[in-house]
Amino acid sequence: MSAEVLRTPGSTGQWFTRAVLRNGPLGGLLALIAAMTVLSRDFLNGRNLLNVGVQASVTAILAFGLTFVIVSAGIDLSVGSVAALSATVVAWAATGHGLPVWLALPLGLGTGAVAGLVSGALVAYGKLPSFIATLAMLSVARGLALVISGGSPIAFPSSLAHLGDTLAGRLPVPVLVMAAAGLLTALVLTRTPAGRAMFAIGGNEEAARLSGIDVRRRKLTVHALSGLFAAVAGVVLAARLTSAQPQAAAGYELDAIAAVVIGGASLSGGSGKASGTLVGALILAVLRNGLNLLSVSAFWQQVATGAVIAVAVLLDTLRRRATR
Amino acid sequence: MTGVDDDAPRELLRVEGVVKSFPGVRALDGVSLSVRAGEVHVLLGENGAGKSTLIKMLAGAHRPDAGRILADGEEVTIRSGRDAERLGIATIHQELTLVPGLTVAENLFLGRQPRTALGLIDRRALRTRAAALLRRVRLDVPPTTPVAGLGVAQRQMVEIAKALSLDARVLIMDEPTAVLTAEETGTLFGIVRELRAEGTGIVFITHHLEEITALGDRVTVLRDGRSVAEVPASTPEDELIRLMVGRDVTDRYPRERPAEPGAPLLRVRGLTRRGAFTDVGFDVRAGEVVGLAGLVGAGRTEVARAVFGADRYDTGTVEIDGERLPPGDVRAAMRAGIGLVPEDRKGQGLVLGASLDDNLTLARLDRDTRLGLVDRRARRRAATAVADRLKVRHSGLDRAARTLSGGNQQKIVIGKWLLAGARLLILDEPTRGIDVGAKVEIYRLVNELTAAGDAVLLISSDLPEVLGMSDRVLVMAQGRLTGELPAATATQNAVMELAVRQNIQDESAMEGSHVG
Repeated sequence: MSAEVLRTPGSTGQWFTRAVLRNGPLGGLLALIAAMTVLSRDFLNGRNLLNVGVQASVTAILAFGLTFVIVSAGIDLSVGSVAALSATVVAWAATGHGLPVWLALPLGLGTGAVAGLVSGALVAYGKLPSFIATLAMLSVARGLALVISGGSPIAFPSSLAHLGDTLAGRLPVPVLVMAAAGLLTALVLTRTPAGRAMFAIGGNEEAARLSGIDVRRRKLTVHALSGLFAAVAGVVLAARLTSAQPQAAAGYELDAIAAVVIGGASLSGGSGKASGTLVGALILAVLRNGLNLLSVSAFWQQVATGAVIAVAVLLDTLRRRATR
Repeated sequence: MTGVDDDAPRELLRVEGVVKSFPGVRALDGVSLSVRAGEVHVLLGENGAGKSTLIKMLAGAHRPDAGRILADGEEVTIRSGRDAERLGIATIHQELTLVPGLTVAENLFLGRQPRTALGLIDRRALRTRAAALLRRVRLDVPPTTPVAGLGVAQRQMVEIAKALSLDARVLIMDEPTAVLTAEETGTLFGIVRELRAEGTGIVFITHHLEEITALGDRVTVLRDGRSVAEVPASTPEDELIRLMVGRDVTDRYPRERPAEPGAPLLRVRGLTRRGAFTDVGFDVRAGEVVGLAGLVGAGRTEVARAVFGADRYDTGTVEIDGERLPPGDVRAAMRAGIGLVPEDRKGQGLVLGASLDDNLTLARLDRDTRLGLVDRRARRRAATAVADRLKVRHSGLDRAARTLSGGNQQKIVIGKWLLAGARLLILDEPTRGIDVGAKVEIYRLVNELTAAGDAVLLISSDLPEVLGMSDRVLVMAQGRLTGELPAATATQNAVMELAVRQNIQDESAMEGSHVG
């Protein structure tokens, strides 16, 4: 099973082979990058790669939050809607009601966390399957976003819209946010008692409970984190679009789930890691970017994306069976 | 004799020198077995001797690393359940494999339902054929009953009927009587005898030695993965035990009883949960091993879980060192120093996919931290120390718990509580499915703990174990404590008498009410 491993590396070469073996998805990403480099002259350059990073960022941030849920054997279908709702709340408060950004932003992020808490409470205390609880939240959050905005986009406060820009004219802020969210996810999953509890709950909930883990509280935490990350993703997306759109990020939950699963997590819980999720999101982004460069039609892109998801997970399953 | 012309009955199945290793354990190390037409061949051996692995192999779940399997004298490879079926080998596993939501008839013909000309399921044929099978096993339920509505014994009969419908020539039965009452066992024996008379070869696994003389023809004894003897079923029980254990029986329970137990550590008073247990009260003192004996379903596990806070109770109190514990609060019980090693090791004790050190430190997640972050080095040190102390045989603490053998897995569960600082260990069937060596190591650990002033509540259905390892034995029947015996002088008969006592009282009470 893929427990995250931090070992003192031997030689760099050894470390590299081991890293690829342990992180099958990384091998897939590298292969995909190599293929795109060969196929398109425009692919492998700094600007395009940063572009890929920006394209991956929203999915990746959503997927990081979702990783907590999937590791603990749950699912969160509401992340796309919660992202839209949170961004809408920020824009509504700042642009619509003149709230200062330093108040509007926490309000929006708080909205995401609260949405997650509500789903979490339904799961932990109402004993609803997370699929159902978050399916309900998917609809509720989307509806609230439409109610608040009256159905039309609200301009994003200009100071926040800089989040969609680049730093020092080169480094896109969404990529920085993605990196920060990824590091935070890795830290929580591998280095905090809460993260270790998530793996235990996902691996065997009853054993976790009988070992003194407060399963219900942890489930609340997990869903709240997912909601919070979704809110961050929503703000980043709105900043890039310079407006909060109530219909934004629809269907993004599926991309996010795909990223987590491509990254090697099991939907039955107990395994998953931040680096894998990042690789999963990058695979999806590289694929889209590359196919765009190759002028493949959007229709065929969908077909290709589906095929890549299936193949990636299939290969990962085979790899695990082989190394077990 | 019917239908057999030769002098010696035909040999249906032969296993020769089969070897099978799993990571960290050699489950089978040279096992041979022969099954003839029209015999009941008893497979005898302690838990962990290799019986399950052997029959799983014959069912196609495992493949041998070495050795041969022959059916009708020809070497065969059994890759899957379908292969086994084709060879006429049917297995009735301990864990029954029926689908609860489907009817009896649907279960009997799962995957091979009779079809109509249109390719739809022929419901009428399904029902009549199912009814005929049920008559053969004398199970008096309509074929349309959902399996979920049947008791365990009835489900067992359905499994047997299913095996019959496959026209099995070799029928493997894994402890079929473990869940049956005496009367049901009688019915089962009748069916087995009929099958034997029809020429079926039956491999029968049981722990009840008296069943061997009642039903068996030949006995193959397994010990530590080897077949050590093939003897007639008329062999005296003492001899069978000696073959099974392979050494003197007296040193199997190395309990060193304390001269004087310490102060009461656990005090349970009037513990009651409707439908599960009633007015249960007892003490466990520091340095003591208290055994909790009784029949399966007497409420022992339920009491243990209530004491640990895993389940709630209606009335009564649980105290540690005189401090009352809140009901239904595992964390409070843990803080007070209780640890539970549950009956279902894989389902409740371990996170099978997680690493050994994750499992070992599961009950102290908040402990090895620095600035809120897990201190991996401290964690690894703690896990290594306890794994060494318990002599866990493993190939790295970062390996998944599922890769260990049963005995080593159990040591991990126990180690988890040692690391959590438990002072009262509740061991629920701690040695079930564990090999002899690991068993003795666990017993020695119990001695070590109690010598240091900790206490153990030992639930076990293995009477010699309860008597051998406890200082006092409490006996439960139908949710009530029916007696307490000093383990040193108690006999198995005395325990059994208390274990069935409530039944007798109930019956006399009922008779009384009839009269009155």
